[in-house]
Amino acid sequence: MSVSLDEVRRIAVLAQLGITDERAERAARELSSILAHMQVLSRVDDESATVLDGGTTTGMALRPDTGPPIPLQRAPAYFAPAMRDGFFLVPRLATHEDTERSP
Amino acid sequence: MTAAGFGSRSFEGTVAAIRASVISGQRSPLEIIDRSFARAAGVRAGADGLNAILWSDADLAHNEAAALESRLKSQDAMSLAGVPIVVKDNIATVGSPTTCGSRILANYHSPFEATAITRLRDAGAILVGKTNLDEFAMGSSTEFSAFGRTKHPVDPRLVPGGSSGGSAAAVAAGITPVALGSETGGSVRQPAAFCGIVGVKPTYGRVSRYGLVAFASSLDQIGVFGGTVDDAAAVLQAIAGRDPLDATSADAPPLDFAASLSTLDGVVIGKPREYFPEQLDPRIADLCERALERCRSLGARIRELSLPHTELAIPVYYIVAPAEASSNLARFDGVRYGLRLDAHGLRDMYEATRSGGFGPEVTRRILLGTYVLSAGYYDAYYAKAMRARRLIASDFDAAFRAGVDVLFTPTTPTTAFAAGSRSDPYEMYLSDIFTVTANLTGIPALSLPIGRIDGLPVGGQLLAPRFAEAPMLAVARLLEHSLGAEAHR
Repeated sequence: MSVSLDEVRRIAVLAQLGITDERAERAARELSSILAHMQVLSRVDDESATVLDGGTTTGMALRPDTGPPIPLQRAPAYFAPAMRDGFFLVPRLATHEDTERSP
Repeated sequence: MTAAGFGSRSFEGTVAAIRASVISGQRSPLEIIDRSFARAAGVRAGADGLNAILWSDADLAHNEAAALESRLKSQDAMSLAGVPIVVKDNIATVGSPTTCGSRILANYHSPFEATAITRLRDAGAILVGKTNLDEFAMGSSTEFSAFGRTKHPVDPRLVPGGSSGGSAAAVAAGITPVALGSETGGSVRQPAAFCGIVGVKPTYGRVSRYGLVAFASSLDQIGVFGGTVDDAAAVLQAIAGRDPLDATSADAPPLDFAASLSTLDGVVIGKPREYFPEQLDPRIADLCERALERCRSLGARIRELSLPHTELAIPVYYIVAPAEASSNLARFDGVRYGLRLDAHGLRDMYEATRSGGFGPEVTRRILLGTYVLSAGYYDAYYAKAMRARRLIASDFDAAFRAGVDVLFTPTTPTTAFAAGSRSDPYEMYLSDIFTVTANLTGIPALSLPIGRIDGLPVGGQLLAPRFAEAPMLAVARLLEHSLGAEAHR
């Protein structure tokens, strides 16, 4: 299985990773080499295998997605890169900026 | 070789001895903590030497020791009273950084504490340091830390294993008797084997993952290191149990190591032939045979068997783990915590932060995980791997159903290797070939020292059915006693 440069660029966008052309070329080679070792899976007869979380025979225990409150010992403002009035600040979306710049 | 190293020896006193001396008033917690800091200075545990410890604060540890002395006056049942411990730096602590060995969390202080840390403190243990690791626990050598590689205590040219290499090196160098690490594919057992100590990976769900920074959530589990089986077991006992803050923690019966075996009469030990391939170093195979012979002399029956889907383990693991990692690590985007690298616009900020904050191995695994989950490849890779994962689990189920109590294998195919010697990523991944199955199937496993080759430790691995840690540790304890000093020479 060979991974192309275009595919690396596409997954880098999906993964929100900015990578240089040099890094993308190296990644294409590395991923192709790693995925070549995965081809053994295509030869496996797994029709009888049922997918279960955790790979166990019994599956994972399911419980209501509730729990006690998380005991934070510091407020978000302590560790957030930028906050104002209780909100996390982020740069503007480029599309908004483009809209503002257009006549 | 040892002359150039930092020294490999046990901390002075086992967990039981430290606890007894503290509770009887023979030694103060402060005195014990100072011995730990003196040893850390002696082996240069920080960045200028072994580089096992990323953070430590003697004043904070002294405060904890003083508080413990007050508690001892009213509470004497603490199972780890006065025991110094170091903790892998992907386990959240308050009052110290939690960096995950990554530039993206270099200055991060967690606003909450891992349940395992709370339980250690309740049991009387004292945190003396946070330890180095491969970035976000992705690696098998502790070379992929943003804060430099950890060195092997015996020979600084070698790696201590990984990803919990800092914790393993700290225990092997005698800085503390015990440590916490984390396991996703063998990250406790492999460095334990390389460093000549005991490393235990509990059943998935035995120990709360609350506060363990997620790498691959269906595989991750906090594990323990100790100089001896009993030391590791004591820490595991203290941190195990259901936690309402982790929905995947189990309502399993409590661990009871006290009801341990005195002989191996009637115990069936499985020897899976796929873990003893022809190309295995014959010296490792010989040490495994010696260990099995000791088990036989203690009354065990050795049964050869097959785990036929073993060859799928590494391909399955390196699809499932990166897939889960690519999802888990999406949270590090410069918005709520950690590093932010400013750029023009939101998307550019995400990309600048993540590409500037993650190192090469983490980037590689995020790309791999994103690829196998992406449209067009999901069925061929991820879905296929999850079905194959089930087949691997079925192999173990069949072995245990057929009457095998524990399995015995080598922990690693080689002894500690030279730093920088594994530049091909897949070659590095093969370091985990004997350990990833326990994570894929959720069963408990441990590594204990069974001898040395050219002065370097070799580990033997025991694997047991889910929640059968007690008999697994009992077998390990008897084997450890039988091997005695031979396990370390």
